[in-house]
Amino acid sequence: MVNKRRIRVMVAKPGLDGHDRGARIIARAYRDAGFEVVYSGLHQTPEEIVEASIQEDVDMIGLSSLAGAHNYLFPRTVELLREKGADDIIVCGGGIIPDEDIPVLKEKGIKEIFTPGTTLDNIVKWVKENVKPR
Amino acid sequence: MSSVSEKVIAGDVRTVARLIRDIDDGMPNVREVLKELYPATGNAYVIGITGAPGVGKSTLVDQMISHLREDNKTVGVLAVDPTSPFSGGAILGDRIRMQRHSMDEGVFIRSMATRGHFGGLTLSTRSAIDVLDAMGKDYIIVETVGVGQDEVDVVKSAHTTVIVVIPGMGDDIQAIKAGILEIGDIFLINKADREGADKTLSDLRLMTDMDQKKHEGDKWTPPILKAQAVFDTGVAEFLEEIEKHRKYLLDITEGLQFRKDKHRVQEELRDMMKNRLIEEVLDGLTETGEFEKAVDSIVEGKLDPYTACDNIVLPALATNTR
Ligand SMILES: Nc1nc2c(ncn2[C@@H]2O[C@H](COP(=O)(O)OP(=O)(O)OP(=O)(O)O)[C@@H](O)[C@H]2O)c(=O)[nH]1
Ligand SMILES: [Mg+2]
Repeated sequence: MVNKRRIRVMVAKPGLDGHDRGARIIARAYRDAGFEVVYSGLHQTPEEIVEASIQEDVDMIGLSSLAGAHNYLFPRTVELLREKGADDIIVCGGGIIPDEDIPVLKEKGIKEIFTPGTTLDNIVKWVKENVKPR
Repeated sequence: MSSVSEKVIAGDVRTVARLIRDIDDGMPNVREVLKELYPATGNAYVIGITGAPGVGKSTLVDQMISHLREDNKTVGVLAVDPTSPFSGGAILGDRIRMQRHSMDEGVFIRSMATRGHFGGLTLSTRSAIDVLDAMGKDYIIVETVGVGQDEVDVVKSAHTTVIVVIPGMGDDIQAIKAGILEIGDIFLINKADREGADKTLSDLRLMTDMDQKKHEGDKWTPPILKAQAVFDTGVAEFLEEIEKHRKYLLDITEGLQFRKDKHRVQEELRDMMKNRLIEEVLDGLTETGEFEKAVDSIVEGKLDPYTACDNIVLPALATNTR
């Protein structure tokens, strides 16, 4: 009961497309894995996501994107975290992301990209292995 | 003063966020920080909002923030959602309704899960309130789902406690536990755009009138208001009632800080002691496996629980009072 660190994750859906089914499914999988998931809804700007993530003291931000703006939105989030001195928060991305974009995104500091082929189990496993609650 | 305390008082968001995490995670080191912060607390006005799932609490809080910001008041929000008893995880979704305030420096919003700690929720929420208070927030709004005793206790320790209901709850209104009715300083019927708001109003009035005995000699009669939070209808009036209640409290405490109210202090200190004792004694036992051993003995029929309890508690007390 005491000294019990829990992984806290922000699940966010930047961009303009109106679907958040994927984000909701992933949020539920995280909850079932024992994480505390802050879900902040649709149409968030990277600025809003970063500000909320700092207030919520999350260990990781999971961004989901379907509309193709990931090449701007994901790196921008990493950049803003850096500016705020909060780059110990890990950023991951998921959604419909072309294979050729993945190395570029990783280069820009996105720790991992989950494509529609990645199972929920594998995503959860990745988080457990790579994200340590502070 | 430690640099953490200094940064909190200076309003540093990252430090505040991290400290609340440590409080939530039960890190013992926060105690020293909270001691240092205490003299800087007692200035914020705390509003507790509770009600059944989905009645519109977060939407209401979102509108309250806007109104308070128009008045140049700074706001802290603690939004508490239940932890899943199965996984220990939680989905904290109250922020969705308050998105538009995330870039406002005068607003700090934090989602918290109820976790497992028995009685500890009240304590950790209270400590988080202290932190936001020390940070300089003028108003602190705490939202909980009014289901468990813990969640109810949390809002009970607010200066003004608000119970939110919706029309058409029909028999559900009857089902609102007497305990919940008692703690309401203000009742708000949200979603008044829906059918049955007036019926709900008269039902509620009947119930609170019957409850009036408690308020004998009291100058505060809990008002019952209607609102439509999504449309920002009735929210300004609601805030006026909160202001009236604040003035009423200031009157009866003769201008003393609310938190120095003797009854409140009694309750807080008792809770804190209870928790500390549990922490020191029970957690130690859980770590050594003694608790599990006792449970097994009872399950196997080797021991009765009364003896098991004696066996555990008495030596623990003896060592702890050394
Ligand atoms: N018709 C109507 N709908 C409303 C009103 N206020 C809020 N809602 C809607 O009610 C739904 C739930 O609102 P929330 O603010 O999330 O309710 P909540 O009580 O915080 O919910 P939980 O935190 O999950 O218990 C949303 O779809 C709101 O848009 C209102 O005055 N009228
Ligand atoms: Mg809510």
